[in-house]
Amino acid sequence: MMAATNGKARYHLLSVRVENKAGVLARVSGLFARRGFNIFSLVVAPTQDERFSRISIVVDVESTPLSQIVEQLAKLINVVAISELDPDRAREAELLLATVAVSEDRGQSFVELIGRFDARVVEESDEATMVMAVGDPGSLDEFEAGLERYGIVEIQRTGRIGLPTLSPAS
Amino acid sequence: MRRAIRSAIGFSSTSERSGGTETTVEVTGAQALILSLEAQGVEVAFGLPGGAILPVYDPILDSSIRHIHVRHEQGAGHAAEGYADATGRPGVAIVTSGPGATNIVTPLADAYMDSVPMVVVAGQVAAGSIGTDAFQEVDTTGVTMGVTKHNYLVKDAVEIPRIVAEAFHIATTGRPGPVLIDFPKDVANMRVDWEEVAAVDLPGYSPPVLPDASAIRQAVELIRTARRPVLYVGGGVVKSEASGALAALVATTGIPVVTTLMARGAFPDSDPHCLGMPGMHGSYAAVTAMQRSDLLISLGARFDDRVTGKVSAFAPDALVVHVDIDPAEIGKVRQADVAVVADCCHAIEALIAALAEGEPLDAARLAPWMAQLSEWRSRFPFTYDPGDGSTIKPQFVVEQLRDATPDDVILVSGVGQHQMWASQFWQFERPRSWINSGGLGTMGFAVPAAMGAKVGRPDRMVWAIDGDGCFQMTAQELVTTTAEHIPVKIAILNNAYLGMVRQWQHMFYKERYSSVYLSPDLPDYVGWAESMGCVGLRVTSPEEVLPAIEKANEIDDRSVVIDFRTDVTEHVYPIIPAGKSNDEIVLHPSQENFAR
Repeated sequence: MMAATNGKARYHLLSVRVENKAGVLARVSGLFARRGFNIFSLVVAPTQDERFSRISIVVDVESTPLSQIVEQLAKLINVVAISELDPDRAREAELLLATVAVSEDRGQSFVELIGRFDARVVEESDEATMVMAVGDPGSLDEFEAGLERYGIVEIQRTGRIGLPTLSPAS
Repeated sequence: MRRAIRSAIGFSSTSERSGGTETTVEVTGAQALILSLEAQGVEVAFGLPGGAILPVYDPILDSSIRHIHVRHEQGAGHAAEGYADATGRPGVAIVTSGPGATNIVTPLADAYMDSVPMVVVAGQVAAGSIGTDAFQEVDTTGVTMGVTKHNYLVKDAVEIPRIVAEAFHIATTGRPGPVLIDFPKDVANMRVDWEEVAAVDLPGYSPPVLPDASAIRQAVELIRTARRPVLYVGGGVVKSEASGALAALVATTGIPVVTTLMARGAFPDSDPHCLGMPGMHGSYAAVTAMQRSDLLISLGARFDDRVTGKVSAFAPDALVVHVDIDPAEIGKVRQADVAVVADCCHAIEALIAALAEGEPLDAARLAPWMAQLSEWRSRFPFTYDPGDGSTIKPQFVVEQLRDATPDDVILVSGVGQHQMWASQFWQFERPRSWINSGGLGTMGFAVPAAMGAKVGRPDRMVWAIDGDGCFQMTAQELVTTTAEHIPVKIAILNNAYLGMVRQWQHMFYKERYSSVYLSPDLPDYVGWAESMGCVGLRVTSPEEVLPAIEKANEIDDRSVVIDFRTDVTEHVYPIIPAGKSNDEIVLHPSQENFAR
């Protein structure tokens, strides 16, 4: 759904290190709202250093120049550092949970689908099965499309997180 | 108060403190707040007490800080802005929770737009009651998040010295702006060891100061070759106290200057290089110089829509050197060809130094451009029809006031036609002599801002030019000027209308006047002024204008209000209709035939 168009990504993943203080998420989301910047997803969690949290934001760079988003974010006092993760130079991941209208007596094709995406069944009942998958967002898009054939009852994806890819060892 | 507390516990010498022998003093949170404000050098605070902020008002009695008790919290905020604009020091306001806090949201937004350094302390319900819809509770940090540079909710009294120090640091450095401190009542009552903060530690805040050398070199290359350059001077030049440096840059380069509404006085109007104000109601020379320019050197300006008109048609041939301390301004509206992210004063000094390194500039290169500008300026000055003497022209009042007041007068204005005429017909010669609400366009700014300016500069005469609509919004602060002995002078250009709205309804809504009439006599401005302890004067004919001003100038023991009954038919010219290209500037009807 957020595939690159014409070789140029219409979204960028910003990895934002913020001070771990009350209200910081509101400052970030409020800034996006009042400046009219579009967000595809936003994930926030503490880091290994308890003074800081990391926010991964997928921003729409078609509607607003990335530089403007970055500079406005940087003006927030609690924002410490911003890394722009180019999709081509970042490891991105996302978590998916889905309840599918598939009974315990699952067919072979469903089992294959689960296997193909390294997903696993986390709950099951007479009427439904809950599956979980972790992967890069593109493959989760494909997995979600595969699940649709069986009837998705509920789905929750986390939005993407990311870190820069490691430089190859020399 | 610091002295009182110190002496009570045996510290009476400040040298001990600087000598490092002193450690801490046990005080209440409220006392810690006042001590922290004193430590920041705060001399004046504008405020109004109420339930949640009551603990803070007790130690104010013992403090060296002069507290000026306003009649409405909006007045406190605009007064703090006027104080800051007049002095360059941060303005301080103290208000209570709930409505006290919401009443100061407009001044916060105003200060945010115009980059005014200000610190507001707002009372808050006790921390344990936050979120329960307690009496006079409002989510003040949430409400003010979008209109402050930063805000704080104090959770523990031990944070007070650090938060106050950070608040002043943030408000006054980089691009200045307002900071709010939300101060719960129970925090004010906690016991705490107060200690002066040595330095602030803000890992996410390090405003740029010095310009990048290569950007300066690129800018200088463009300056050397430009044929039609313009220095587009904004409020940042005033904030960074760069007027002297700017004058030197103009002397070095011979480049003409436009001064935006926020920068009037940053460069003297009397200098032949000064083209005056650009924008919607700017001078033909300033507007058209920018339109025809091949190089705009923007100094602390932000390409506001009131300056650019239709952005896609703005200065189409110009390369842009954009100097701003706020990197988010670069490219926000207009793409910059050279970006200089730095304090304006340092950037200008760096430009001068870099220019001095190379060949002397060829002064003759700009001669045709200056000749063209000179012609525009002399052909299309600000003008108005003087009429037959039966009505008072508002522009005439501005001119008379300009000529009859001291050179170092501070002029304040509200928002609307009177503001534009003040900017157009005044002659500004020095920075911080003009105080107005530019970005937010806050009607009612003038009276409290004039009060704040006078508090900051008691040595200066302070005049406000106000509209009748504006005056009605915040006039109650004249009570404060009487009670606190802060004499200011208010010239109401009373045309009985919301004049600028009327002008737009006249020009763009087929003269269908909707909710703009105010009446010249309701209220009775003279009676109102006198009821507030001021001198009230009414002027109904042109020959009475100067004598009334002279009389007002002689009164320095209380405020004066002059109700000038002005001609309602006057429009502000030139005007560039909203959304139109600056090439579509509409001149005064007497000039229209010659413009194109």
